[in-house]
Formats: sequence, structure tokens, C-alpha cells
Amino acid sequence: MYVAVKGGEAAISNAHQLLADRRRGDRSVPAMHIEQIVEQLGLAVDRIMSEGSLYDRELAALAFKQARGDMIEAIFLLRAYRTTLPRFGYSNPIDTGNMLIERRISATYKDLPGGQLLGPTFDYTHRLLDPELMGDEAVDAPKRRYAETGRTPRVSEILAHEGLIEGDGNLPDDHQTGDLTRTPMEFPMTRDVRLQALSRGDEGFLLALGYSTQRGYARSHPFAGEIRIGEVEVEIDVPELGFAVSLGRIQVTECQMITQFQGSSKSPPQFTRGYGLVFGQSERKAMAMSLVDRTLRATELGEDLTAPAQDEEFVISHSDNVQATGFVEHLKLPHYVDFQAELDLVRRMRAEYDEGRDGKAPQGDDLEAAE
Amino acid sequence: MEVQSNNASMFRGGFSDPVFNAQSVFRRVMDALARPGSVVRFDDLTSPPAPLLPTVGSIAATLFDHDTRIWLDPALSRNGEVAGWLTFNTSAQLTLQSYDADFAVVADLESLPSLESFSQGTQEYPDRSTTLILQIDGLMGGRKLHLSGPGIEDVAAVAPKGLPEHFFDQWASNGARFPRGADVLLAAPEGIIGLPRTAKISLSGG
Amino acid sequence: MSDTVAPGGPQGKPSDDAHAGRQQAMAVLARASGKELAEAWQAWPDRPEVRPVRGPETGLVMVRGRIGGGGAPFNFGEATVTRATVKLSNGKVGHAYALGADKEKVRHAAIFDALWQDDAFRADVEKKLVAPIRDRLEAEDNEHREETAATRVDFFTMVRGED
Repeated sequence: MYVAVKGGEAAISNAHQLLADRRRGDRSVPAMHIEQIVEQLGLAVDRIMSEGSLYDRELAALAFKQARGDMIEAIFLLRAYRTTLPRFGYSNPIDTGNMLIERRISATYKDLPGGQLLGPTFDYTHRLLDPELMGDEAVDAPKRRYAETGRTPRVSEILAHEGLIEGDGNLPDDHQTGDLTRTPMEFPMTRDVRLQALSRGDEGFLLALGYSTQRGYARSHPFAGEIRIGEVEVEIDVPELGFAVSLGRIQVTECQMITQFQGSSKSPPQFTRGYGLVFGQSERKAMAMSLVDRTLRATELGEDLTAPAQDEEFVISHSDNVQATGFVEHLKLPHYVDFQAELDLVRRMRAEYDEGRDGKAPQGDDLEAAE
Repeated sequence: MEVQSNNASMFRGGFSDPVFNAQSVFRRVMDALARPGSVVRFDDLTSPPAPLLPTVGSIAATLFDHDTRIWLDPALSRNGEVAGWLTFNTSAQLTLQSYDADFAVVADLESLPSLESFSQGTQEYPDRSTTLILQIDGLMGGRKLHLSGPGIEDVAAVAPKGLPEHFFDQWASNGARFPRGADVLLAAPEGIIGLPRTAKISLSGG
Repeated sequence: MSDTVAPGGPQGKPSDDAHAGRQQAMAVLARASGKELAEAWQAWPDRPEVRPVRGPETGLVMVRGRIGGGGAPFNFGEATVTRATVKLSNGKVGHAYALGADKEKVRHAAIFDALWQDDAFRADVEKKLVAPIRDRLEAEDNEHREETAATRVDFFTMVRGED
């Protein structure tokens, strides 16, 4: 039962004012500009876009500032904002093979067309804190080297490979692409909807699940077939024009995970694939997503279901951090009446328990009957 | 659906003040459905290409959007200007399958398909049914109808002009499918009458 | 027409050929900065009267990817998009769509799309606006490509043992 209780308005209002003060912090320190967040805390912005499921760097940076750096709060703000906007349509599927590449590596093939491009990576850094960044030291311009233009095919395109690696995932021709922002989730779900859920899922949760598969909770021998980060063009068909127009470009991270598969009654032995695609530069998230995409295909591939990462209902229902935080954090809201009711119940049970002990030595059978 | 790209009429006649216009139309549609049998008057807030009525243009500009699928009867779907106007002003997608439609607009009531051929919703989601917008000749001057049901104190009398005789049998079967079933808005040039699926019609002297 | 609107560039479907020029101009306008378009409009001689038809309004486009990169489509997240339709006093109707929420930029882009459709102004729009912005974008892309290319790994094999 919910009972409305009024009061606390002044306290709430003052708390909000205090929040604004604490967010601003020491006034002698200059306030952060949105552009500074976009430019200098770009990976935080990317994570907010990815899990907020809304590509807009400025708004994500604003959310980050407003949330005082609390990621999930910022993601929540972005999700709330998107509900105020009308939907103009669905884009044509982006072509990640036609990407302005900023990073592209493969752990399975050393020599591949386009090469191994490290890009702006933390890999191979020594993870030593850099005191120079305490200040504003000048930074050298990046080195340049002649580059070819044109399409860089995905590793998966290059390697049809004796049929030993499965193709891109297809769905029946008459399948209507699902959209979990429009239709309530139902289990089991098709892979398209699952990927949508994973792409907006919590990075930490997916990372932990991906890790669990490597530690043996679901058989998995993954290789990072390819990771690429870069900009792709987004196009939409405009009915009043009768042709597609370009909206501009977005940055995405794509991961193709390749896993060895011993075969089952449904599929021959081969390399199977898991797919990850997320907004911005989020390599860890894309990799975790592709691992979990693969384990969630267990039923499709006829594997035994033994591990949490293979349980679609468990994984997808708990991957959304806005839903999760809503339910966990609602516990701090007043539950005075609920608690009073439970308190009465516990008092009664305790009284009965104490009576039983104070009286004759209780007999086991009686106690059980009383429960 | 292929739409002419430089057909100027499709770019004319939308809401002049989209937010407030849509709010006022929404209020009127809500009132019409909450009080079946009341006559709700409309201002001409849109001027769509004929034969689409301005009242229907306004309802479309308010309720249709990219996520709704619209079925047009042949009298309207044959008309490229009407289809173009609706697509540009509402972003809605036109469908050829009546049972897929969120909304249906019917200009020629003599060839109104059976209500059962539209989406009836499901037992779990009865709201996923088609809402039909039927263009009628006038809010008065037709056969007298007595309405009863939720939203009506006792009986409400209306006399919309232009409903075909077979509609009344259709409506009785529609009510029998409750909670599934279609909802109807009767739209005349001067305003609308709401017929939610819960409204019962008895024919005067019939 | 330059074919280096890469990556992507509108993928020339056969039916789109008739629109290819306009499509490519619109693609450049979508990536222009608000400042570039505002300045070009300010400097435009004999500016026609502009009447808004729709918007500028900001909404969402659901961006689609493909499973495995090339398989069945899936919805992977939304992006803010602003669109505008305007009508000029010469009767031309212009449309513009662009990522982001910059309404003034998109309104200007719609005006230039309308001007582009007028044979009397197309060459000017291309020369004064589209070409310089395309050049800037291509230079930036090239810079990015070259910076990335500098991080390319050149493998060399250490000879071990003898055959």
C-alpha cells in the first residue's frame, strides 16, 4: 500500500540549492565549459552516449556536468531527455566497412589489407601517473604519414575462409527489425533486439559477464578478430525527397569476436562470431558486448546452458543500468508504512518464539507446525 | 510509398503553431472520446488537399507520427497529394494492410470495409487496435442515434449525416468483441463526434 | 563531382543518380559548421524572402547497424537530428537534415538547398559554399587518415635459426 505523505518541500528545495553549490565547488576555480568536457573527457562522454543510447556529444557532456561526474545519473538524464523528442525515422544501416578509421587491429591476422592501426590507444602505455598532466604542458602535434583513401574491408569480409568462419548474422527476410524503445521486451528475443539491448547495456555488467565466460562459465575460446574505431556516415531515406540524405557522421566502435566451436547437433565445428557495436570510442564495451552476444547464442547453436552469461532473461533484464538504479535506489524512498507493518509482524513472531522458549521445553514437531 | 517531390501542395497547410495547435486538437479529441455523443466543434487549423477534411488534417497532424501506421481508403490513397501531405506533415508511414494500421482514414463511407478487417488489439493489449477516422457529411441532419455507455449519463442523441446503414450492424459486432475492437471518430467539416468501442448505439425507430 | 565524400558519400543507388548532385551538396551542408552557413547567408547578395514550412525542429533518428557488420539490420541507438523545410520567394522549397541540435544551422542549410535547386544560383552555391566546405572537410579527413597511418605497425621478422 502507498500512503501519500506531504511535507519536506523546504528541505527538498534547500537540498537542490546545496547540490548546485557543491556541484559548482570552489568559486575561485574556473567553471568547466561543455567544450572542455567534450574535448578533454571524451571517453566519459562516449560512455554516456552509448549507455544513454543517444548520440549527441554536447548533451552528453552537459549531462556529465549536471550529474557531477556520476555516470549513471548522466545516462539517466540523457535517457529522460530523449523521451521529449519526436522520432523522425530509422537510418539506413551504417556501413562499418566504409569507415574513416582511427584505430583498427586484429588479434587473429598479422598482415591484413589496411594494416594494424593502433590509433589513440592506452595499450602499451606503462600506466604510470604522468605528473606533467597536473599542469597544462604543451602537447606535440601527432606524427603524420602518407595514407591511402578508400574502403577498408572488415576482417570478416576478407576471410570467407573455407567456410570455417560463419558469416554475418542473418535473420529471415520477412523479419521486422525489433525496437525495444517501442515494443516491450519478450523472451526469448531475436538477435537484433538483443544487440540493441547490449549496445545500451552497462559496461561494468557486460565486462564482468564477458570475463566470466573467459574464466570458464560457458565454454568460450575467443579471439578479437577485429576491433575498429572511426567515423561512419549516417543516412536516412526522406519520403518527401524520394532519396536518401546524409545526416553527417558518428563515431562508433565495432568488435568482431571469433570463438572456436566444437559443433553440435545444430551446427558443424567452426569458428562462430559475436558482434559488438557501440557509440563513440568504447573498445572495452564493444569487446564485452561481442563476448556476451556470442554466449547468448547458445540455444541457437545447440550448446548446453550452464552459465549466467548464456541466460538471456538474466543478462538482458539486468543489463540496463537506468532500470537497475531505479529499482535499487527506490529503496531509499520512504517505506514507513511497509516497514511498520513488517515491524508488527516481526514483533508478533518474536513474542510467539519467546513464549515457546519460556514455556515447556519446545518439541521440534510443535515448532514446525507453528510455522 | 512513392511521393512526388516537388508537389507544392504537400508543403502547404500544416499547423501554423504546431505545439499549441496540437494541444488544442488533442483536448478536443480527448473530450469527444470521453463524452461520446457530444458534438465537438473544430477550428480550421490545417488546410490539407481535398478530399481530406481540415478537421481530419488537424487530427492527423496531432495524433499521427513516425511510429504510427496509417491506412487510407482507396478514395484517399489514389490521391497523391493527400498521401504526400500526410507523409510530410506527420512523418507517418502509410500501410496497405488495414489490419496493420494504427489509424485508418475513410473518405468514401459507402465502401467502408468491415470493422473486423482492422486491427482489433489483443486481450493483453486492447489499445493496439485501429482508430478509424470516418469522414461524414455533417454532425447533424442524419438518422437519429441514441448512444449509451461509459461517459454518457443516460442517453445521448446525435444525428451524424452520411453513415451507411451497414455501419450499425458492424458497430454492434464491434462492441461484442470487447475489450478488443476499433474506436471511431466521426469527422465532419464543422467538428467531430467520438465513438469509443464502449458506446452502444440504438437506432431511433429502427 | 568529387567522389571523395568518403567515408560513405551517399551510396549511389541507381534511382538516386538524378539526385546525386543535390544529395552530395546536402551531405556537405549537413557537415558544415553553423558559422560557415551563417556567414555565407549574411554575405549572400539579394537574399530572397524565406518562409518556414516545417521546423527547424529537433528530433531523433534511430541509427541502424548490421549484425556482424553486414548481416541483418538492428537498431543500435538514437541520435539527435534537426531538420527544416523552407520556401523561398522564388517558389523553391528547400530541405535540410543534420545531426545535432543546431536549428539555425539547419535552417540556413535548407535555404541553400532551395537556392541550389534554382538554375540561376546553383553554380554560386557550389562555388561560394559547397566547394570550400568540402575542401575543408576533405583536408581534415586526410589529416586524420595520416595521423592514424603514422600509428600503423610495420612488422619485421627476426631471423631465428637456419633452414
